[in-house]
Amino acid sequence: MRCEEIRVCIVRVGGTNCDAETKRSFEDLGVKAFVYHFNEVLQGIDLLDYHILVLPGGFAYGDYVRAGVIFAKNFMARIGKKIMRFVDEGRPMLGICNGFQILVESGLLPGINGVSEHPEAALATNIPIGYRCGWVYLRHENNGKCVFTRLIPKGRVLRIPISHAEGRFLLPTVRGEEILNKLLENDQIVLRYSNENGEYAEGRYPENPNGSFYDIAGICNPEGTVFGLMPHPERAYYGWQLPDWTRMGKPPKYGDGKLIFESVVQYVIRKF
Amino acid sequence: MRYIARVKVSLKPGHSDPEGETTREALLELNYPVDSVRVGKLYEILLEASSIDDAQMKVEEICKRLLANPVKDDYKYEIKEASNE
Repeated sequence: MRCEEIRVCIVRVGGTNCDAETKRSFEDLGVKAFVYHFNEVLQGIDLLDYHILVLPGGFAYGDYVRAGVIFAKNFMARIGKKIMRFVDEGRPMLGICNGFQILVESGLLPGINGVSEHPEAALATNIPIGYRCGWVYLRHENNGKCVFTRLIPKGRVLRIPISHAEGRFLLPTVRGEEILNKLLENDQIVLRYSNENGEYAEGRYPENPNGSFYDIAGICNPEGTVFGLMPHPERAYYGWQLPDWTRMGKPPKYGDGKLIFESVVQYVIRKF
Repeated sequence: MRYIARVKVSLKPGHSDPEGETTREALLELNYPVDSVRVGKLYEILLEASSIDDAQMKVEEICKRLLANPVKDDYKYEIKEASNE
């Protein structure tokens, strides 16, 4: 498939943010990106006319009950079958920040044994408590499974900002280690919080900004086509979005976030 | 019949509760001898059901499907016939 034939569907509801930045990032790569309200999707947008599906950041439905859960249950109840078909065909799906929370609450991630009826992980209140907005370092951990990071060498450190209050990745207490081993075995761990040199945060604040288990910032499903991450790659797409670009002399044209968008576009070009 | 369910969702024992811990610290600052605070959410749900058993089945499903994430939350509830107002 040619790059300009690729169509990206970005779904928003009340409380979504950064949908415009996500659209612009994809468009910069030469693909077509569309932002639709969820109601428009329900009224006749066929997801299978699109190659990439994105759930952007924000606070869908006010993050009431739990972050992301209302949108997650709503879309699985209304268009769950369509989503499953989309994913089964190997079409990539991305959840950024609130989108990651939605993917976890809907059972699409981690999805070790397929989509689960109840969530198998959680994104709990940050420790230390509070909404946190700032730049973090992420070490790329994936061995090539995740189609959103294939252009990033393993071990490479990315600088991308976070912006959330509920990002503490949790696995069930009882079988936590067992599930972690499964995630490692399946190559589902994609990004871990680290310092600038790529040394794992080991739970320490501020490198690990929210107390996430195993410093996890992003995971994918066993097929590598559904990817959720707490940081916002669309806020680190251009060089002029970097916090220190005015001190760099000549700013770089792009930030590290671009690699994520570029990887998935490359995947779709080859796959379809 | 209408029933009222009071559902309490709270973190499982042993799970960190940063909101509860912050509240505890605030209470200590105010000179209350507080050992611990756990924060939860209370939902009062008015619903139609054919019997109390039916109401209980529905509430159980509501908790599992939406109100609690089994990874970190516990829930309990009580259900009563709603009084006619």
